[in-house]
Amino acid sequence: MAFAAFSTSTAPVAADTARKSSPVALLLLLPGILYLVLFFLTPLVSLLLTSFKAPAEFGDIGQFDYAFRWENYVEVITTYWPHIIRSFGYALTATFFALIISYPLAYFIGVKARRWPLLQSLALVLVVAPFFISFLLRTLAWKQIFSDESFLVTSLKAVSLLAPDAHVTGTAFSVIFGLTYNFIPFMTLPLYTTLERLDVRYLEAGSDLYASPFEVFRKVTIPLSMPGIVAGTLLTFIPAAGDYINASREFLGGTGTQMIGNVIEANFLVLQNFPSGAALSIILMSAILVLVSIYVKKSGTEELL
Amino acid sequence: MKLSFGKWVLPVYSALALLILMIPIGYTFVYSFNDSLKSNIVWRGFTFDKWLNVCNVQNGAVCEAFGNSIFIAVVATVVATTLGTMIAIAIVRYRFKFRSQLSLFLFLPMATPEVVLGAGLAAQFLSVGVPKDMLTIILAHTMFCISFVVVAVKARVAGLDPALEEAGRDLYGSALQVFLRITFPLLLPGILAAALLSFALSFDDFIITNFNSGAVTTFPKYIWISAARGIPAEANVLASAVFILALVVVVSVQVSGTARAKRLAKMN
Repeated sequence: MAFAAFSTSTAPVAADTARKSSPVALLLLLPGILYLVLFFLTPLVSLLLTSFKAPAEFGDIGQFDYAFRWENYVEVITTYWPHIIRSFGYALTATFFALIISYPLAYFIGVKARRWPLLQSLALVLVVAPFFISFLLRTLAWKQIFSDESFLVTSLKAVSLLAPDAHVTGTAFSVIFGLTYNFIPFMTLPLYTTLERLDVRYLEAGSDLYASPFEVFRKVTIPLSMPGIVAGTLLTFIPAAGDYINASREFLGGTGTQMIGNVIEANFLVLQNFPSGAALSIILMSAILVLVSIYVKKSGTEELL
Repeated sequence: MKLSFGKWVLPVYSALALLILMIPIGYTFVYSFNDSLKSNIVWRGFTFDKWLNVCNVQNGAVCEAFGNSIFIAVVATVVATTLGTMIAIAIVRYRFKFRSQLSLFLFLPMATPEVVLGAGLAAQFLSVGVPKDMLTIILAHTMFCISFVVVAVKARVAGLDPALEEAGRDLYGSALQVFLRITFPLLLPGILAAALLSFALSFDDFIITNFNSGAVTTFPKYIWISAARGIPAEANVLASAVFILALVVVVSVQVSGTARAKRLAKMN
């Protein structure tokens, strides 16, 4: 099943006994590893080299020479620091909401619905269903639902829950809403896989020892579901921080909601300012690596990786 | 009266959450029947016309983009599934140096934001002087699918009982025979799941594609370009058709999996 890819598989390794060293291993590994070296690793090196390039003398727009122009980094940080901060702010907020929304849902599917396997499968299919329809179209659907002339917005204005001149699309709210919506399945699936294996006898033991339901949840359920929480937050935060679809002006964003991904896209595909785009990509990737390693260390789930 | 949390609040909340998750899907599906003109924003009446004449709009631009996406996804899936399965078998079955470092390396493409992967490949193709076309898209998609395949197939290889292969060898099966008649059939469900995942990831990818597609239009890219001037209802038709097909595949995999589990339970 496709869901399997999202579970943190810690299946008992029966094959451990059969493990041996052999030249066959090298033959099996070589093509795939070589492929990733060529199309994953060297592009990152290429990105690093490009980020230091300088404009070519007498060159056209979009022509750059190899150099060590570290000022590129200073320039992009001074110009685009609001975008960088906004990206991490939006991504963190969306991850937080996705966790709050997904946890009860995953708990219901993984623990409460155990007695009804059919209901459990149906709920799981519904959780992954958004994956089967185009990411761009489902984001655009929200744009139409939130547009100024839509039923939702006009009714909210009619009952004065929204100011008559207010807009929903193009705001930070709609971008964060879109990010949260689009990544909820990435949060729910890993939460579900850990909660599904949760032994309810631990919870019963907790309440037998006079813990209130809240205490049982905080001291037993949450710690036991930590691997799912870590996997889910990473699977949501990383793509959300780099996303440029939701924040794009044609989708849920506006001029004041542009994220780092939008700037990288514009620099590469519109402005042809490749060094700036590359420097921003390196900044994004380093920031994410630092944040993720601190987070994984703090939550004590290194073995997950 | 105290409201029972587990009995009422949680199920009602879950039903509501799932319902909200379905809203954009329902919206896309309903608007595939809209008798719209150029853009598909205002409801203008019900019609089957868009479903019956999907390719008639804009000289078949939607269908061409759709066809490109299918072709790219098929090639990328075949290559990524083959390479990823080989790696998964090697990692679980063999002992070699730098095994844990290799696992970390395989994890990295999944932990890198797509925009960085896309920009990196674009920078590389630019510096090597490779023109962006269908091939560069396929190369990019294969790259990000490999890691997902490894993760999906690895679990399956780890769960494989080595005794079954030993039995095959004891009965004088050659290495090739053991692989083709025992190992491969047992891994097949995992490999198929990995292939489905790859196909879905490739088919719906926009962020990386946009950086490496040049003038080639894929289905998501078509929607991105059309977003400014209005997306024809035909795009909704194709997306809804894919959705229904995917739903049928997933439900049948679920059902056959449950049936298989029941059969195995009976045997034991």
